[in-house]
Amino acid sequence: MDIVVEHLTKRYGPQKAVDNVSFRVKAGEVLGFLGPNGAGKTTTMKAISCYINPDEGDVKVGGYSIKEHPEIIKKNIGYLPENNPLYQDMNIIDFLEFIAKIHGIPKYLIPERILDMVRICGLEGEKHKLISELSKGYQQRVGLAQALIHDPEILILDEPTTGLDPNQIVEIRELIKRIGKEKTVILSSHILAEVEATCDRILIINNGRIVVDGTAEDLRKQAAGNEILKLGIQGGDVNDIFENLLDLETVDSVDFIDIDKQLFEIQSLKEETSVKAIFDLCVQNNYYISELTPTEKKLEDIFRQLTLH
Amino acid sequence: MKQILHIAYRELNSFFDSLTAYVLIVIFLGFSGFFTWIYGADVFFLGQASLDTFFTVAYWSLFIFIPALTMRSIAGELKAGTLELLLTKPVSDWQLILGKFLSTFFLIGIALTPTLFYYFTLWAIGPVDHSAIVLGYLGLLLMSMVYISIGLLTSCLFSNPIVASLTALSIGIFFHIIFDVLAANFVGFTGSVFNSLSLSTHFESITRGVVDTKDLIYFFSISFFCLYSSKMILSNRNLQV
Repeated sequence: MDIVVEHLTKRYGPQKAVDNVSFRVKAGEVLGFLGPNGAGKTTTMKAISCYINPDEGDVKVGGYSIKEHPEIIKKNIGYLPENNPLYQDMNIIDFLEFIAKIHGIPKYLIPERILDMVRICGLEGEKHKLISELSKGYQQRVGLAQALIHDPEILILDEPTTGLDPNQIVEIRELIKRIGKEKTVILSSHILAEVEATCDRILIINNGRIVVDGTAEDLRKQAAGNEILKLGIQGGDVNDIFENLLDLETVDSVDFIDIDKQLFEIQSLKEETSVKAIFDLCVQNNYYISELTPTEKKLEDIFRQLTLH
Repeated sequence: MKQILHIAYRELNSFFDSLTAYVLIVIFLGFSGFFTWIYGADVFFLGQASLDTFFTVAYWSLFIFIPALTMRSIAGELKAGTLELLLTKPVSDWQLILGKFLSTFFLIGIALTPTLFYYFTLWAIGPVDHSAIVLGYLGLLLMSMVYISIGLLTSCLFSNPIVASLTALSIGIFFHIIFDVLAANFVGFTGSVFNSLSLSTHFESITRGVVDTKDLIYFFSISFFCLYSSKMILSNRNLQV
């Protein structure tokens, strides 16, 4: 099922939480929804899962509008809300059974589905505990289990890995990847590495608007800019080397990183590379290179650049 | 319909898990039993095979208990976030409201069931006016229906359970007694308006053994109004966290 979000706008008082957002997610795609806190991720996800009514615009899931056929959409969506609300006073099995019944899963299939979920989400050891007795990581698994129990076509996960320890994060990511092979998944996060690890496509949203829509690769390219090198040159006077480097045609600017160790940061002109020129320079002056590292812009920096306005 | 029952069943279970149900049933049976059989204008004192005393005690104790049962029904779900969980499942707003309503209604039913023994005991002692007792129970259920609806409405309006319960009580007290008092103080049209607004008038007319459509319409219309308003508040997601 495709998800089509058309000109979605939602106001909370005078503030626009989501401002004219449009995008489309194809069936089988894993979309990472990224943005700083309060950017509008959760609001958009709530609108897709039919919890809130948008002020303007519409969301269509598999051709059905959230305004006209929420009951059909709800049946096909598995939703893990932010902060993972659960009935704390129930035990895992009872809770999953309740959710299964609500989804109208036939009675004879329910025990099987529950066992499947317990196995897939790794809840075997805990299955008779009350939800309130579980650690946060296990509660998160129960949250995933309730979202998956009716085998939905679409999975919407709002910050699925918050509060988990690194091992659990890896496990949940693996799980999402596995599920993502068959289903459409939208997951939100403010951790870039996570989205990069699990998603086919990234959508960055800031102040209620979409800033970037593309793959991690596109994102890098878009913000790549100029070549930056970390360079160490020995065998000459620091100041001479500095002057010589500045004289190179392709070099835009040179900064000292460490004068004693003779480390520099070289920024090349747009779409130029200075590696060969530096090498030639060293040969001419009998310098030698002690270090040469291209500095790749991290996704984190790109993210900050795009969302810090 | 199934969804409504699933929600009601879960809610009812949580009443029992949290001991609320046991406390309610014990206190309710204790009170009503004490006043019906042991103390004051009890059955033996009156010397009549009638459960009027029981109905009066139940009339008051249910009035006080129900807001305490309903105060967290919507507000609690909203606070815990589970409202979002439920409403993103194939559950409509009406189904949720009705499920919540039914769960409390069933609980009242469960609390009332053991008091049938009072009826059977009485039946063994002397000649009983069966229809008056059956209608007495009907009256209690209808009254509970009204107060549960009012409680649900205030639970939609106020996220703080104490505020919700006190508001439900203070709205309830108008129907329970104030309209009745006002009706006694006014004559003519005003008096009759207050009289027909008073819940006790309708309750008494039913327990006396007369079911008038007027009374039924009264109980059902108040419940429907409150449930419908709750549904509208819920649909607008105009809830205060």
